[in-house]
Amino acid sequence: MADFKNAIELKNVNFSTDDLHIIKNVSGAFPEGKITTLVGPSGAGKSTLFKLLNGLRTVDSGEIIIHGKNINTYPPVDLRRHVGLALQSAPMINGTVYKNIALPLTLNGKELTEETAKELLHLVGLEEELIQRKTKDLSGGQRQKLSIARTLVNRPKILLLDEITSSLDRISQQDIEELIVRINEKYETTIIWITHNLEQALNLGHYTWFLKAGELIESGPIDVLKNPTNEEIIQFVKGEAQ
Amino acid sequence: MSYFTLALTLIFVIIPILLSRTLQLGLEKDTIIAAIRSIIQLLAVGYVLQFVFDSENYIYIILMLLLMIGAATQNARKKGASIVGITWKLIVAFVFIEVLTQSILLGLQIIPPTAQYIIPISGMVIGNSMVLSILFLNRFTAELNNNREQTELILSLGGTPKQAIHRQLITSIRASTIPTIESQKTIGLVQLPGMMSGQIIAGADPVEAVLFQLLVLFLLLTTAVVTSIILGFLSYPTLFNDRMQFLEDHLENVD
Repeated sequence: MADFKNAIELKNVNFSTDDLHIIKNVSGAFPEGKITTLVGPSGAGKSTLFKLLNGLRTVDSGEIIIHGKNINTYPPVDLRRHVGLALQSAPMINGTVYKNIALPLTLNGKELTEETAKELLHLVGLEEELIQRKTKDLSGGQRQKLSIARTLVNRPKILLLDEITSSLDRISQQDIEELIVRINEKYETTIIWITHNLEQALNLGHYTWFLKAGELIESGPIDVLKNPTNEEIIQFVKGEAQ
Repeated sequence: MSYFTLALTLIFVIIPILLSRTLQLGLEKDTIIAAIRSIIQLLAVGYVLQFVFDSENYIYIILMLLLMIGAATQNARKKGASIVGITWKLIVAFVFIEVLTQSILLGLQIIPPTAQYIIPISGMVIGNSMVLSILFLNRFTAELNNNREQTELILSLGGTPKQAIHRQLITSIRASTIPTIESQKTIGLVQLPGMMSGQIIAGADPVEAVLFQLLVLFLLLTTAVVTSIILGFLSYPTLFNDRMQFLEDHLENVD
Protein backbone atom coordinates (compact mmCIF):
# COMPACT_ATOMS: atom_id res chain seq x y z
CA MET A 1 0.00 0.00 0.00
CA ALA A 2 3.04 2.21 -0.13
CA ASP A 3 2.23 3.86 -3.43
CA PHE A 4 -0.83 5.90 -2.50
CA LYS A 5 -1.91 8.27 0.15
CA ASN A 6 -4.34 7.08 2.73
CA ALA A 7 -7.70 8.78 3.09
CA ILE A 8 -8.09 7.47 6.62
CA GLU A 9 -5.62 6.06 9.12
CA LEU A 10 -6.40 4.49 12.47
CA LYS A 11 -3.83 4.16 15.21
CA ASN A 12 -4.57 1.88 18.18
CA VAL A 13 -8.23 2.84 18.22
CA ASN A 14 -10.37 1.63 21.13
CA PHE A 15 -14.05 2.24 21.76
CA SER A 16 -16.43 0.93 24.42
CA THR A 17 -20.01 1.58 25.47
CA ASP A 18 -21.07 0.81 29.02
CA ASP A 19 -19.22 -2.45 29.67
CA LEU A 20 -18.86 -3.57 26.04
CA HIS A 21 -15.44 -3.23 24.39
CA ILE A 22 -16.53 -2.82 20.75
CA ILE A 23 -13.40 -1.71 18.89
CA LYS A 24 -10.19 -3.29 20.15
CA ASN A 25 -6.87 -1.61 19.45
CA VAL A 26 -7.48 -1.28 15.71
CA SER A 27 -4.68 0.12 13.54
CA GLY A 28 -4.90 0.30 9.76
CA ALA A 29 -5.61 2.48 6.75
CA PHE A 30 -8.14 3.06 3.98
CA PRO A 31 -6.42 4.05 0.73
CA GLU A 32 -7.40 7.26 -1.04
CA GLY A 33 -9.74 7.06 -4.02
CA LYS A 34 -10.29 3.31 -3.74
CA ILE A 35 -13.17 1.07 -2.77
CA THR A 36 -12.46 -0.88 0.41
CA THR A 37 -14.97 -3.52 1.42
CA LEU A 38 -15.40 -4.06 5.12
CA VAL A 39 -16.42 -7.61 5.97
CA GLY A 40 -16.77 -9.78 9.03
CA PRO A 41 -19.38 -11.56 11.13
CA SER A 42 -22.22 -9.71 12.89
CA GLY A 43 -21.12 -7.92 16.03
CA ALA A 44 -17.63 -7.29 14.64
CA GLY A 45 -17.99 -3.54 15.27
CA LYS A 46 -18.27 -2.52 11.61
CA SER A 47 -21.18 -0.08 12.03
CA THR A 48 -19.61 1.35 15.19
CA LEU A 49 -16.41 1.99 13.25
CA PHE A 50 -18.47 4.04 10.77
CA LYS A 51 -19.96 6.12 13.58
CA LEU A 52 -16.42 6.87 14.78
CA LEU A 53 -15.32 7.89 11.27
CA ASN A 54 -18.39 10.13 10.75
CA GLY A 55 -17.86 11.73 14.17
CA LEU A 56 -21.08 10.47 15.77
CA ARG A 57 -18.89 8.83 18.44
CA THR A 58 -15.42 9.62 19.78
CA VAL A 59 -12.65 7.07 20.37
CA ASP A 60 -11.77 6.21 23.97
CA SER A 61 -8.09 6.00 23.07
CA GLY A 62 -6.00 6.00 19.93
CA GLU A 63 -6.18 8.31 16.95
CA ILE A 64 -8.11 8.66 13.68
CA ILE A 65 -6.43 10.66 10.92
CA ILE A 66 -8.60 11.86 8.02
CA HIS A 67 -6.77 13.28 5.02
CA GLY A 68 -3.73 13.93 7.14
CA LYS A 69 -5.50 15.68 10.01
CA ASN A 70 -6.63 14.34 13.37
CA ILE A 71 -10.39 13.83 13.28
CA ASN A 72 -10.87 16.05 16.35
CA THR A 73 -9.38 19.06 14.56
CA TYR A 74 -12.32 19.11 12.11
CA PRO A 75 -15.37 21.07 13.23
CA PRO A 76 -18.08 18.34 13.58
CA VAL A 77 -20.31 19.77 10.85
CA ASP A 78 -17.41 19.96 8.34
CA LEU A 79 -16.27 16.44 9.20
CA ARG A 80 -19.73 14.97 8.61
CA ARG A 81 -20.07 16.68 5.23
CA HIS A 82 -16.59 15.49 4.30
CA VAL A 83 -17.22 11.90 5.43
CA GLY A 84 -20.74 10.94 4.29
CA LEU A 85 -22.63 8.06 5.87
CA ALA A 86 -25.48 6.01 4.38
CA LEU A 87 -27.12 3.62 6.80
CA GLN A 88 -28.58 0.17 6.31
CA SER A 89 -31.92 1.22 7.84
CA ALA A 90 -32.13 4.28 5.53
CA PRO A 91 -33.89 6.45 8.12
CA MET A 92 -36.11 9.23 6.73
CA ILE A 93 -37.50 12.43 8.16
CA ASN A 94 -41.28 12.81 7.88
CA GLY A 95 -42.37 14.30 4.60
CA THR A 96 -41.73 14.01 0.90
CA VAL A 97 -38.88 12.59 -1.14
CA TYR A 98 -37.89 16.15 -2.02
CA LYS A 99 -37.74 17.19 1.63
CA ASN A 100 -35.40 14.29 2.36
CA ILE A 101 -33.12 14.72 -0.61
CA ALA A 102 -32.85 18.46 0.08
CA LEU A 103 -32.15 17.88 3.79
CA PRO A 104 -28.34 18.21 3.73
CA LEU A 105 -28.65 21.62 2.05
CA THR A 106 -31.63 22.75 4.15
CA LEU A 107 -29.53 22.03 7.26
CA ASN A 108 -26.88 24.28 5.77
CA GLY A 109 -29.38 27.09 5.10
CA LYS A 110 -29.31 26.48 1.33
CA GLU A 111 -31.88 25.31 -1.16
CA LEU A 112 -31.81 22.39 -3.58
CA THR A 113 -33.44 23.21 -6.91
CA GLU A 114 -36.08 20.78 -8.06
CA GLU A 115 -34.04 20.23 -11.19
CA THR A 116 -30.95 19.12 -9.25
CA ALA A 117 -33.14 16.96 -7.03
CA LYS A 118 -34.56 15.23 -10.11
CA GLU A 119 -31.07 14.71 -11.52
CA LEU A 120 -30.01 13.07 -8.27
CA LEU A 121 -33.06 10.81 -8.28
CA HIS A 122 -32.23 9.85 -11.83
CA LEU A 123 -28.62 9.17 -10.85
CA VAL A 124 -29.64 6.57 -8.25
CA GLY A 125 -32.29 5.07 -10.51
CA LEU A 126 -35.45 6.56 -9.00
CA GLU A 127 -38.22 7.97 -11.20
CA GLU A 128 -38.49 11.75 -10.93
CA GLU A 129 -42.27 11.49 -10.51
CA LEU A 130 -41.55 10.27 -6.98
CA ILE A 131 -40.30 13.69 -5.93
CA GLN A 132 -43.53 14.73 -4.16
CA ARG A 133 -44.29 11.24 -2.82
CA LYS A 134 -44.32 10.78 0.96
CA THR A 135 -41.34 8.68 2.06
CA LYS A 136 -43.60 6.38 4.08
CA ASP A 137 -45.12 5.23 0.78
CA LEU A 138 -41.76 4.14 -0.66
CA SER A 139 -40.55 0.54 -0.86
CA GLY A 140 -37.43 -0.60 1.02
CA GLY A 141 -35.35 -0.42 -2.14
CA GLN A 142 -36.59 3.05 -3.04
CA ARG A 143 -35.79 4.30 0.45
CA GLN A 144 -32.30 2.90 0.22
CA LYS A 145 -31.67 4.59 -3.12
CA LEU A 146 -33.04 7.85 -1.74
CA SER A 147 -30.77 7.54 1.28
CA ILE A 148 -27.72 7.20 -1.00
CA ALA A 149 -28.80 10.16 -3.14
CA ARG A 150 -29.24 12.23 0.03
CA THR A 151 -25.74 11.37 1.26
CA LEU A 152 -24.31 12.40 -2.14
CA VAL A 153 -25.82 15.91 -1.87
CA ASN A 154 -22.98 16.99 0.44
CA ARG A 155 -20.45 15.74 -2.16
CA PRO A 156 -18.42 13.84 0.43
CA LYS A 157 -14.79 12.99 -0.31
CA ILE A 158 -15.20 9.81 1.69
CA LEU A 159 -18.35 7.73 1.50
CA LEU A 160 -19.29 5.20 4.18
CA LEU A 161 -21.89 2.68 3.01
CA ASP A 162 -23.40 0.42 5.63
CA GLU A 163 -25.01 -2.62 3.95
CA ILE A 164 -26.88 -0.39 1.57
CA THR A 165 -27.94 -3.15 -0.81
CA SER A 166 -29.02 -5.79 1.72
CA SER A 167 -32.73 -5.02 1.30
CA LEU A 168 -32.64 -4.67 -2.50
CA ASP A 169 -33.61 -7.07 -5.24
CA ARG A 170 -30.92 -8.33 -7.62
CA ILE A 171 -31.55 -5.68 -10.31
CA SER A 172 -31.59 -2.73 -7.88
CA GLN A 173 -28.49 -4.13 -6.22
CA GLN A 174 -26.67 -4.13 -9.54
CA ASP A 175 -27.84 -0.56 -10.27
CA ILE A 176 -26.44 0.62 -6.96
CA GLU A 177 -23.17 -1.26 -7.41
CA GLU A 178 -22.68 0.34 -10.83
CA LEU A 179 -23.58 3.74 -9.40
CA ILE A 180 -21.03 3.46 -6.60
CA VAL A 181 -18.30 2.34 -9.00
CA ARG A 182 -19.19 5.31 -11.25
CA ILE A 183 -18.98 7.74 -8.33
CA ASN A 184 -15.66 6.26 -7.31
CA GLU A 185 -14.24 6.58 -10.81
CA LYS A 186 -15.71 9.97 -11.68
CA TYR A 187 -15.11 11.89 -8.44
CA GLU A 188 -12.30 9.69 -7.03
CA THR A 189 -14.37 9.36 -3.90
CA THR A 190 -12.88 7.05 -1.30
CA ILE A 191 -15.48 4.40 -0.57
CA ILE A 192 -15.73 2.11 2.42
CA TRP A 193 -18.45 -0.45 2.00
CA ILE A 194 -19.76 -2.76 4.70
CA THR A 195 -21.26 -5.82 3.08
CA HIS A 196 -22.39 -9.29 4.05
CA ASN A 197 -22.35 -10.29 0.43
CA LEU A 198 -19.00 -11.94 -0.24
CA GLU A 199 -19.45 -11.86 -4.00
CA GLN A 200 -20.08 -8.11 -3.81
CA ALA A 201 -17.04 -7.61 -1.61
CA LEU A 202 -14.85 -9.50 -4.08
CA ASN A 203 -16.23 -7.92 -7.24
CA LEU A 204 -16.20 -4.31 -6.14
CA GLY A 205 -13.45 -3.95 -3.58
CA HIS A 206 -9.94 -2.92 -4.50
CA TYR A 207 -9.06 -3.47 -0.88
CA THR A 208 -10.61 -5.19 2.07
CA TRP A 209 -10.72 -5.09 5.85
CA PHE A 210 -11.73 -8.17 7.82
CA LEU A 211 -13.02 -7.38 11.29
CA LYS A 212 -14.01 -9.91 13.94
CA ALA A 213 -15.21 -9.21 17.48
CA GLY A 214 -13.80 -5.68 17.35
CA GLU A 215 -10.36 -6.71 16.09
CA LEU A 216 -8.86 -6.08 12.68
CA ILE A 217 -7.84 -9.59 11.64
CA GLU A 218 -6.46 -8.70 8.23
CA SER A 219 -6.40 -5.83 5.74
CA GLY A 220 -4.91 -5.34 2.31
CA PRO A 221 -5.58 -5.82 -1.43
CA ILE A 222 -8.72 -7.82 -2.22
CA ASP A 223 -6.57 -10.98 -2.64
CA VAL A 224 -6.68 -11.23 1.14
CA LEU A 225 -10.28 -12.29 0.68
CA LYS A 226 -9.95 -13.96 -2.73
CA ASN A 227 -7.15 -16.33 -1.76
CA PRO A 228 -7.24 -16.24 2.02
CA THR A 229 -4.36 -17.58 4.05
CA ASN A 230 -5.66 -16.49 7.43
CA GLU A 231 -7.55 -19.33 9.11
CA GLU A 232 -10.35 -17.07 10.44
CA ILE A 233 -10.99 -15.61 6.99
CA ILE A 234 -11.00 -19.09 5.44
CA GLN A 235 -13.64 -20.13 7.97
CA PHE A 236 -15.69 -16.98 7.28
CA VAL A 237 -15.48 -17.38 3.50
CA LYS A 238 -16.54 -21.03 3.81
CA GLY A 239 -19.48 -20.10 6.02
CA GLU A 240 -20.64 -17.34 3.67
CA ALA A 241 -20.30 -19.56 0.60
CA GLN A 242 -22.53 -22.29 2.02
CA MET B 1 -69.30 25.60 57.12
CA SER B 2 -68.79 24.14 60.60
CA TYR B 3 -66.48 21.29 61.59
CA PHE B 4 -69.62 19.19 62.19
CA THR B 5 -70.80 19.62 58.61
CA LEU B 6 -67.25 18.94 57.38
CA ALA B 7 -67.35 15.70 59.34
CA LEU B 8 -70.59 14.80 57.52
CA THR B 9 -68.82 15.21 54.16
CA LEU B 10 -66.66 12.24 55.12
CA ILE B 11 -69.58 10.22 53.74
CA PHE B 12 -68.05 11.01 50.34
CA VAL B 13 -64.86 9.30 51.46
CA ILE B 14 -66.68 6.30 52.92
CA ILE B 15 -68.63 5.59 49.70
CA PRO B 16 -65.53 4.84 47.55
CA ILE B 17 -63.97 2.82 50.39
CA LEU B 18 -67.08 0.62 50.69
CA LEU B 19 -67.29 0.20 46.92
CA SER B 20 -63.59 -0.58 46.68
CA ARG B 21 -63.91 -3.23 49.39
CA THR B 22 -67.02 -4.83 47.82
CA LEU B 23 -65.56 -4.94 44.32
CA GLN B 24 -62.01 -5.66 45.53
CA LEU B 25 -60.56 -2.65 43.73
CA GLY B 26 -57.74 -2.34 46.25
CA LEU B 27 -58.17 1.43 46.58
CA GLU B 28 -59.04 1.58 50.31
CA LYS B 29 -55.56 2.36 51.62
CA ASP B 30 -54.83 5.09 49.07
CA THR B 31 -58.28 6.64 49.54
CA ILE B 32 -57.81 6.84 53.32
CA ILE B 33 -54.29 8.26 52.97
CA ALA B 34 -55.50 10.80 50.41
CA ALA B 35 -58.37 11.90 52.66
CA ILE B 36 -56.19 12.23 55.77
CA ARG B 37 -53.41 14.03 53.92
CA SER B 38 -55.79 16.52 52.33
CA ILE B 39 -57.39 17.30 55.71
CA ILE B 40 -54.04 17.85 57.42
CA GLN B 41 -52.35 19.70 54.54
CA LEU B 42 -55.24 22.02 53.76
CA LEU B 43 -55.98 22.85 57.39
CA ALA B 44 -52.27 23.54 57.96
CA VAL B 45 -52.16 25.76 54.86
CA GLY B 46 -55.30 27.53 56.06
CA TYR B 47 -53.71 28.41 59.40
CA VAL B 48 -50.38 29.35 57.78
CA LEU B 49 -52.20 31.60 55.28
CA GLN B 50 -54.13 33.25 58.09
CA PHE B 51 -50.83 33.92 59.87
CA VAL B 52 -49.19 35.32 56.72
CA PHE B 53 -52.20 37.53 55.89
CA ASP B 54 -52.33 38.90 59.43
CA SER B 55 -48.58 39.56 59.66
CA GLU B 56 -48.52 41.66 56.43
CA ASN B 57 -44.81 40.94 56.09
CA TYR B 58 -43.27 40.35 52.64
CA ILE B 59 -40.68 37.97 54.06
CA TYR B 60 -43.43 35.47 54.81
CA ILE B 61 -44.89 35.84 51.32
CA ILE B 62 -41.49 35.13 49.78
CA LEU B 63 -41.00 32.15 52.10
CA MET B 64 -44.39 30.76 51.02
CA LEU B 65 -43.45 31.16 47.34
CA LEU B 66 -40.09 29.44 47.87
CA LEU B 67 -41.86 26.59 49.62
CA MET B 68 -44.26 26.22 46.68
CA ILE B 69 -41.40 26.23 44.15
CA GLY B 70 -39.47 23.70 46.22
CA ALA B 71 -42.43 21.34 46.49
CA ALA B 72 -43.26 21.72 42.77
CA THR B 73 -39.65 20.97 41.80
CA GLN B 74 -39.55 17.92 44.05
CA ASN B 75 -42.79 16.56 42.61
CA ALA B 76 -41.94 17.25 38.95
CA ARG B 77 -38.57 15.57 39.45
CA LYS B 78 -40.21 12.50 40.93
CA LYS B 79 -43.07 12.15 38.45
CA GLY B 80 -41.48 13.33 35.22
CA ALA B 81 -39.05 11.39 33.06
CA SER B 82 -35.69 12.91 33.69
CA ILE B 83 -32.81 14.48 31.86
CA VAL B 84 -29.43 14.92 33.54
CA GLY B 85 -29.38 18.11 35.63
CA ILE B 86 -33.16 18.61 35.47
CA THR B 87 -33.57 19.98 39.03
CA TRP B 88 -32.07 23.40 38.49
CA LYS B 89 -33.80 23.68 35.10
CA LEU B 90 -37.17 23.13 36.79
CA ILE B 91 -36.30 25.74 39.45
CA VAL B 92 -35.32 28.25 36.75
CA ALA B 93 -38.59 27.59 34.89
CA PHE B 94 -40.77 27.99 38.01
CA VAL B 95 -38.96 31.10 39.26
CA PHE B 96 -39.09 32.68 35.80
CA ILE B 97 -42.81 32.06 35.31
CA GLU B 98 -43.59 33.33 38.82
CA VAL B 99 -41.53 36.51 38.37
CA LEU B 100 -42.97 37.11 34.90
CA THR B 101 -46.62 36.74 35.89
CA GLN B 102 -46.36 38.64 39.19
CA SER B 103 -44.42 41.48 37.55
CA ILE B 104 -47.24 41.98 35.06
CA LEU B 105 -50.03 41.57 37.63
CA LEU B 106 -48.44 43.85 40.24
CA GLY B 107 -46.68 46.20 37.80
CA LEU B 108 -49.90 47.04 35.96
CA GLN B 109 -51.81 47.04 39.27
CA ILE B 110 -54.15 44.31 38.08
CA ILE B 111 -54.10 42.89 41.60
CA PRO B 112 -53.22 44.65 44.86
CA PRO B 113 -49.82 43.73 46.36
CA THR B 114 -51.19 41.75 49.28
CA ALA B 115 -50.67 38.18 50.38
CA GLN B 116 -54.37 37.47 49.87
CA TYR B 117 -53.89 37.87 46.10
CA ILE B 118 -50.24 37.01 45.53
CA ILE B 119 -50.21 33.64 47.26
CA PRO B 120 -53.31 31.93 45.77
CA ILE B 121 -52.51 33.19 42.26
CA SER B 122 -48.88 32.06 42.60
CA GLY B 123 -50.11 28.68 43.79
CA MET B 124 -52.21 28.27 40.66
CA VAL B 125 -49.40 29.44 38.38
CA ILE B 126 -46.69 27.26 39.95
CA GLY B 127 -49.04 24.28 40.28
CA ASN B 128 -49.97 24.44 36.61
CA SER B 129 -46.38 24.99 35.64
CA MET B 130 -45.51 21.83 37.55
CA VAL B 131 -48.14 19.74 35.75
CA LEU B 132 -46.99 21.17 32.42
CA SER B 133 -43.37 20.29 33.23
CA ILE B 134 -44.28 16.68 33.89
CA LEU B 135 -46.31 16.47 30.66
CA PHE B 136 -43.53 18.11 28.69
CA LEU B 137 -40.69 15.99 30.11
CA ASN B 138 -42.55 12.72 29.59
CA ARG B 139 -43.39 13.60 26.01
CA PHE B 140 -39.97 15.03 25.19
CA THR B 141 -38.03 11.99 26.45
CA ALA B 142 -40.47 9.65 24.67
CA GLU B 143 -40.02 11.61 21.42
CA LEU B 144 -36.24 11.48 21.77
CA ASN B 145 -36.25 7.76 22.53
CA ASN B 146 -38.53 6.98 19.58
CA ASN B 147 -36.63 9.14 17.12
CA ARG B 148 -32.98 8.36 17.91
CA GLU B 149 -32.34 7.35 14.32
CA GLN B 150 -33.69 10.61 12.90
CA THR B 151 -31.65 12.59 15.42
CA GLU B 152 -28.44 10.83 14.42
CA LEU B 153 -29.39 11.00 10.73
CA ILE B 154 -29.53 14.79 10.87
CA LEU B 155 -26.27 14.96 12.82
CA SER B 156 -24.60 12.57 10.36
CA LEU B 157 -25.59 14.81 7.44
CA GLY B 158 -23.98 17.84 9.09
CA GLY B 159 -26.92 19.21 11.07
CA THR B 160 -26.52 20.94 14.44
CA PRO B 161 -27.96 19.53 17.70
CA LYS B 162 -30.73 22.13 17.58
CA GLN B 163 -31.67 21.03 14.05
CA ALA B 164 -31.43 17.38 15.08
CA ILE B 165 -34.07 17.65 17.80
CA HIS B 166 -36.09 20.59 16.49
CA ARG B 167 -39.09 18.51 15.47
CA GLN B 168 -39.16 16.51 18.71
CA LEU B 169 -38.91 19.74 20.71
CA ILE B 170 -41.74 21.46 18.84
CA THR B 171 -43.95 18.34 18.99
CA SER B 172 -43.45 18.12 22.76
CA ILE B 173 -44.10 21.81 23.38
CA ARG B 174 -47.29 21.62 21.33
CA ALA B 175 -48.47 18.37 22.88
CA SER B 176 -48.01 19.60 26.43
CA THR B 177 -49.70 22.96 25.91
CA ILE B 178 -52.63 21.89 23.73
CA PRO B 179 -54.70 20.48 26.66
CA THR B 180 -54.57 23.86 28.45
CA ILE B 181 -55.67 25.72 25.33
CA GLU B 182 -58.34 23.20 24.37
CA SER B 183 -59.86 23.00 27.83
CA GLN B 184 -60.33 26.76 27.81
CA LYS B 185 -62.44 26.55 24.67
CA THR B 186 -65.20 24.60 26.43
CA ILE B 187 -64.84 26.15 29.85
CA GLY B 188 -68.12 27.24 31.43
CA LEU B 189 -70.09 25.05 29.02
CA VAL B 190 -69.30 21.75 30.67
CA GLN B 191 -67.90 22.50 34.07
CA LEU B 192 -67.45 25.60 36.17
CA PRO B 193 -63.83 26.14 37.14
CA GLY B 194 -63.02 25.23 40.76
CA MET B 195 -61.88 28.66 41.85
CA MET B 196 -64.96 30.38 40.45
CA SER B 197 -67.28 27.77 41.96
CA GLY B 198 -65.60 28.25 45.35
CA GLN B 199 -66.02 32.00 45.21
CA ILE B 200 -69.69 31.75 44.20
CA ILE B 201 -70.43 29.24 46.98
CA ALA B 202 -68.64 31.51 49.45
CA GLY B 203 -71.10 34.25 48.46
CA ALA B 204 -69.19 36.34 45.90
CA ASP B 205 -70.92 38.09 43.04
CA PRO B 206 -70.88 35.57 40.08
CA VAL B 207 -69.72 38.23 37.59
CA GLU B 208 -66.89 39.27 39.92
CA ALA B 209 -65.98 35.58 40.26
CA VAL B 210 -65.98 35.23 36.46
CA LEU B 211 -63.63 38.20 36.04
CA PHE B 212 -61.11 36.66 38.42
CA GLN B 213 -61.47 33.30 36.76
CA LEU B 214 -60.72 34.88 33.38
CA LEU B 215 -57.61 36.47 34.85
CA VAL B 216 -56.47 33.05 36.03
CA LEU B 217 -57.27 31.36 32.71
CA PHE B 218 -55.25 33.88 30.75
CA LEU B 219 -52.40 33.52 33.22
CA LEU B 220 -52.43 29.77 32.68
CA LEU B 221 -52.08 30.21 28.91
CA THR B 222 -48.83 32.09 29.47
CA THR B 223 -47.77 29.60 32.13
CA ALA B 224 -48.30 26.62 29.84
CA VAL B 225 -46.48 27.95 26.81
CA VAL B 226 -43.62 29.66 28.67
CA THR B 227 -42.95 26.67 30.96
CA SER B 228 -42.52 24.13 28.19
CA ILE B 229 -40.47 26.48 26.01
CA ILE B 230 -38.07 27.31 28.87
CA LEU B 231 -37.69 23.66 29.88
CA GLY B 232 -37.21 22.58 26.26
CA PHE B 233 -34.53 25.12 25.48
CA LEU B 234 -32.74 24.53 28.80
CA SER B 235 -32.86 20.75 28.39
CA TYR B 236 -31.75 19.98 24.87
CA PRO B 237 -28.13 21.26 25.09
CA THR B 238 -27.57 18.78 27.96
CA LEU B 239 -28.21 15.95 25.50
CA PHE B 240 -25.25 16.78 23.25
CA ASN B 241 -21.52 17.25 23.82
CA ASP B 242 -19.22 19.80 22.18
CA ARG B 243 -18.46 17.34 19.35
CA MET B 244 -22.20 17.52 18.54
CA GLN B 245 -22.76 13.90 19.56
CA PHE B 246 -26.10 12.73 20.93
CA LEU B 247 -25.66 11.53 24.54
CA GLU B 248 -28.35 8.87 24.86
CA ASP B 249 -27.34 8.09 28.43
CA HIS B 250 -28.31 11.60 29.51
CA LEU B 251 -31.92 10.53 29.16
CA GLU B 252 -33.10 8.83 32.32
CA ASN B 253 -36.52 7.34 32.58
CA VAL B 254 -37.97 7.58 36.06
CA ASP B 255 -40.84 5.20 36.68
